[in-house]
Amino acid sequence: MNVSLTIPKPLDIAAIRQEFPILKREVKGRPLIYLDNAATSQKPRQVIEALVHYYSNQNANIHRGIHSLAEEATAAYELSRDTVQSFIGARSREEIIFTKGTTESINLVAYAWGRKNITAGDEIIISTMEHHSNIVPWQLLCEEKNASLKIIPVSDAGELLMDEYEKMLGPKTRLVSIVHVSNALGTVNPVRKITALAHAAGALVMVDGAQSAVHLDIDVQDMDCDFFAFSAHKLYGPTGVGVLYGRKEILESMPPFQGGGEMIREVHFEKTTFNDLPYKFEAGTPNIGDVIAFRSAIEFIRSTGKEKIRRHEQNLLEYAQQELSKIPGLTIIGQAKEKVSVVSFILAGTHPQDIGILLDNRGIAVRTGHHCAQPLMDRFCIPGTARASFAVYNTLHEIDELVKGLQRAVKILA
Amino acid sequence: MNPDLSIAETEKEIIEEFALFDSWDDKYEYIIDLGKKLPVLDPKYKKDENRVRGCQSSVWLVADYEKGKLYYYADSDAVIVKGLISMLIRVLSGKTPDEIIEAKLDFIKEIGMTTHLAQTRSNGLLNMVKQMKHYALAYKIKDSVPSKN
Repeated sequence: MNVSLTIPKPLDIAAIRQEFPILKREVKGRPLIYLDNAATSQKPRQVIEALVHYYSNQNANIHRGIHSLAEEATAAYELSRDTVQSFIGARSREEIIFTKGTTESINLVAYAWGRKNITAGDEIIISTMEHHSNIVPWQLLCEEKNASLKIIPVSDAGELLMDEYEKMLGPKTRLVSIVHVSNALGTVNPVRKITALAHAAGALVMVDGAQSAVHLDIDVQDMDCDFFAFSAHKLYGPTGVGVLYGRKEILESMPPFQGGGEMIREVHFEKTTFNDLPYKFEAGTPNIGDVIAFRSAIEFIRSTGKEKIRRHEQNLLEYAQQELSKIPGLTIIGQAKEKVSVVSFILAGTHPQDIGILLDNRGIAVRTGHHCAQPLMDRFCIPGTARASFAVYNTLHEIDELVKGLQRAVKILA
Repeated sequence: MNPDLSIAETEKEIIEEFALFDSWDDKYEYIIDLGKKLPVLDPKYKKDENRVRGCQSSVWLVADYEKGKLYYYADSDAVIVKGLISMLIRVLSGKTPDEIIEAKLDFIKEIGMTTHLAQTRSNGLLNMVKQMKHYALAYKIKDSVPSKN
């Protein structure tokens, strides 16, 4: 039998790097090594050019204008919605709401859905590894409604204790709001299972996809979640744009989040009626230029190939974990079986901030601190970590430089 | 600290010392060394009321007032911040409240360490400079109020 195996061609990283103008700059006299991608990724030329093109050729306020510019801008803006819809596999474009970012998407649900549906005695489940953005909105809601917040604990490896989660679910559970991928640990959570269990208990599920959307294939129908939130800027797109996906029937049952232009049908002092989805949740002039450029970011990911990007990033992750582990005194925090390209670590006898400053001296950008996940740091009894997070344009050579930088830092700090 | 030097003179001394370094690594190595040499703060002072909060690292600061002059003692959990503290103590400790309140502390900018003051969320250094000046102001006010005795 003649079996032909087609091995997909690996990415030409050198060529991809050419597409990111910022990677040419120097920091402290050395070439920039950008390893803070979980905070925000750099932007390819096509995203930057889309912004320039919009402001140079199409700038107009959308939806209400009758002139050509307004029509073009509206079409481009709505095309981004269609692109996002297919990017995450939503049933309809009405289910895609543009927001400022993941934080606003979560707050939108906490205010509009939460204030209508949560009452005294209800329970909301989150986990120990949530970003503050998926803690505080629910704390505020629970305080206001006299509801309670239940926290799924995590193991030493940084994985959710699913048995504990199952025990928490009950007739009082109204919502499970869970991070898909931990920003501080890189852990990929089993969201399908989490959703199935929550639904069986009669609860809705919100998934915080801020860290997952750029790495994993997202299919909200397959995931079966009720809400999914993510940000464009962690996905090679512009800052100031986020997405809230919501199941249509749930979004329709929700009152508006903010009042203003765009979201109304008719306004009379006696009674105002609201616009249809998705506009009901997009009060005021939206971030038109950035939403339009966001489409170019998704096109960049698509044309590069998410699977290929993922394979490259997994290589980087494995190499980084292997090489970093060789540094005496270094402990990787978060050793989940399923991880994205995030390595969080501590170095015995050193403060993460010192590590961050010394790496910056070598042009290496990492993040240090508690990563807006203080409860998680408390869980591991550490003040914070240093975190390197990789994107498509990072290289094995850059990881070697990180290791060298750390070795030197250890030597100076010891 | 050298009690004979004014604040401006000590600042100048530090700027000259830093002019000898030609790389960032060398500058920071020196600062780290200063941090390691900073006298240990008695643990009894490491309480919340003496803590100057930062987002990433913490600083503890206490001040003594003797014969019209302020003396500072401090610590941090991060060694680079400790080194920066050490320089601030060298410049400000042993000076009068008026001198401390007036101090411009331009040396921080001159030696290229302004980033540490700008990152208010990242460390407690900026808050510490403020706190050092607050102590000076507090003792100045105290001195200007006639004692009951």
